[in-house]
Amino acid sequence: MKKNQLKGWLYLLPALLFLGVFMLYPLIDVLIYSTEESFSFASGTGSGIGLYNYSYVLHDPYFLQAVRNTFLLVIITVPLSTGLALLISLGLSSMKRLKELFQTIFFLPYVTNTLAVGLVFMILFKKTPYSDGFVNRLLALLGMAPIDFIEGPYWAKMLVMCIYTIWIVMPFKILILTSALASVNPDYYKAARIDGTSPGRIFRKITLPMIMPMISYLIITGFIGAFKAYSDVVAIFGVNLNEAGMNTIVGYVYDMLYGSSGGYPSYAAAAALILFGIVFTITVINLLVSGRGDGKGAGIG
Amino acid sequence: MKIAVKDLTKRFPNRNKKIREEVVAVDHFTFEIPDGELVSLLGPSGCGKSTTLNMICGLETPTEGQIFFGETDVTKLPPEKRGVGMVFQSYALYPHLTVLENIRFPLENRKGADKLSKEEMNRRAREAAALVQIDGLLERKPGELSGGQQQRVAIARALVKTPGVLLLDEPLSNLDARLRLQTRMEIRRIQQETGITTVFVTHDQEEAMSISDRMVVMKDGVLQQIGKPQEIYDRPVNLFVAKFLGTPPINVMEGELRQGSLYIGGDCVFTWTDEEAKALPGTTEYGDGIADARNESLAGAPRKVIVGIRPEGLIPDPEGTFVCEQRAVETLGRDTSVIFRHAGALTDTMRAIVDSADLTERADGRVRFRLRPGRFHLFDPETEVRL
Repeated sequence: MKKNQLKGWLYLLPALLFLGVFMLYPLIDVLIYSTEESFSFASGTGSGIGLYNYSYVLHDPYFLQAVRNTFLLVIITVPLSTGLALLISLGLSSMKRLKELFQTIFFLPYVTNTLAVGLVFMILFKKTPYSDGFVNRLLALLGMAPIDFIEGPYWAKMLVMCIYTIWIVMPFKILILTSALASVNPDYYKAARIDGTSPGRIFRKITLPMIMPMISYLIITGFIGAFKAYSDVVAIFGVNLNEAGMNTIVGYVYDMLYGSSGGYPSYAAAAALILFGIVFTITVINLLVSGRGDGKGAGIG
Repeated sequence: MKIAVKDLTKRFPNRNKKIREEVVAVDHFTFEIPDGELVSLLGPSGCGKSTTLNMICGLETPTEGQIFFGETDVTKLPPEKRGVGMVFQSYALYPHLTVLENIRFPLENRKGADKLSKEEMNRRAREAAALVQIDGLLERKPGELSGGQQQRVAIARALVKTPGVLLLDEPLSNLDARLRLQTRMEIRRIQQETGITTVFVTHDQEEAMSISDRMVVMKDGVLQQIGKPQEIYDRPVNLFVAKFLGTPPINVMEGELRQGSLYIGGDCVFTWTDEEAKALPGTTEYGDGIADARNESLAGAPRKVIVGIRPEGLIPDPEGTFVCEQRAVETLGRDTSVIFRHAGALTDTMRAIVDSADLTERADGRVRFRLRPGRFHLFDPETEVRL
């Protein structure tokens, strides 16, 4: 028995080693940083221990702006992208011809580089001395005044950000949902048809409960992903995010570390832990909610 | 409700798109299922039995032909308008709903004037559950039930809307052997209690023989024979039907009709007495009849035939003229089966089911049989049609 246990630990060792070095140690380190007042890299020490860093971060208007941006992004894009992905997947799975073609088209954003996509969005939305951008031209055709989407009003910038995020996260969701839909036994639909079930009822009573585990998976990972938004924002608004008023929490952490106003690892650590707290709480709530759903749908999959 | 199928044909486009030729899954079927009978569609996989069932229930549209329920032509009706209940091979029970909710599901689909009150739906669902004896499991989820119980729930769900026709697609193939025996008796009981016209698809001839009023045997989309199980067993129209029915399977050999007698591998194994010969079938709608073939051979024209002998058609007899090489003897309580070899055999294992009292040990490893009249059939070697 004891020998077996030793063997077990031996098998786990490589993974534990990696997790320890690259996950646990940094996490503890960040925790320490976040509580050390006026820590500096140069001296390697701080002047005391306390919650001062948290208090600073929570009172920093840039951080509050970043939190607001991030929350808006999460609340708008996660439900919208999941809903749209579900609609598109339903359309795709009921298609008979050209299905593969459309599947490929919808999957393209997934394999495209974030910064390249950002460039495309610039062309679509950015106002330059020579052109108002493609979208503004369309708006002009409709008789509307041009809007500066990149440097203009906050709502316009947020709109671009949301469209961009939804567009970039949708392929993965479509991929997961089409395969979830395809894995539903067609006999369920046949049985429902013979019993004269209306399409709406088939969707509500059969399709939706069957793919619910996948949907809740997508929502959880979607929340986590959207909270960690950073590179997408940079791709569109550049690195001066605070100036653009479009910073995100991860962006704030980065700025605090390396940005032009950077060099404050303690603030960065505190902000990072606050983000961790938010994501953790929301994931737990999500799991609890969908866990209850799973209990109701025992035996799925 | 009587079901009639007329010239029913289904052709599918070939899966290999380069081949233009269509695949004929069902080729001009015409048969009738009398009201209140249990009929099985029987055949090996790919014979078109499930396609036929799907056309009867409306999930597939026929390429040609018509389907009648009673006097009504339902060929163009969608499945929900046909009033059929169907049980799927996978049962297709909704896993997230309880047994009661599953059974109630078809009733909840009703709209307008047909809409039932919640109490009425529950009453009918419970009634259906009682019929299949699962009243105690109503609050369970399908995942918590055994295969046999799930099967019953599926039948209850099919019956709850009191359909005119019950369709069962390979309903027993997901059950283990013992449960299969039990469930097929159960299906028979429910069918007889409700008197509902039932179509049962299976590839298992024993299953079909045991519960059907009538069987429809098919192969490669072509209807082979329709009739009562015993009729088909006793008078198969061709070699395929003869081979497909019966366990252990029929023994097939090459033979010849010469001077009014049957020869297998040089041995004269059977001679008809004059009286027996009079009772032999003449030209039938299928073949040209043993009587004619025998008469021709008497006139000096021998004829090659394929001989199919049922395992119970061989009687050990020390005086018997059918001499075989004995390979093994299996004792299975009630029966003893002799496995033997013969030069003229066309099947690998030849088997005779005999009374153990008739069997005598022989030193030379040979066993002699005589043939039981009516338990062997002759087939034309080319068309494989029974003479």
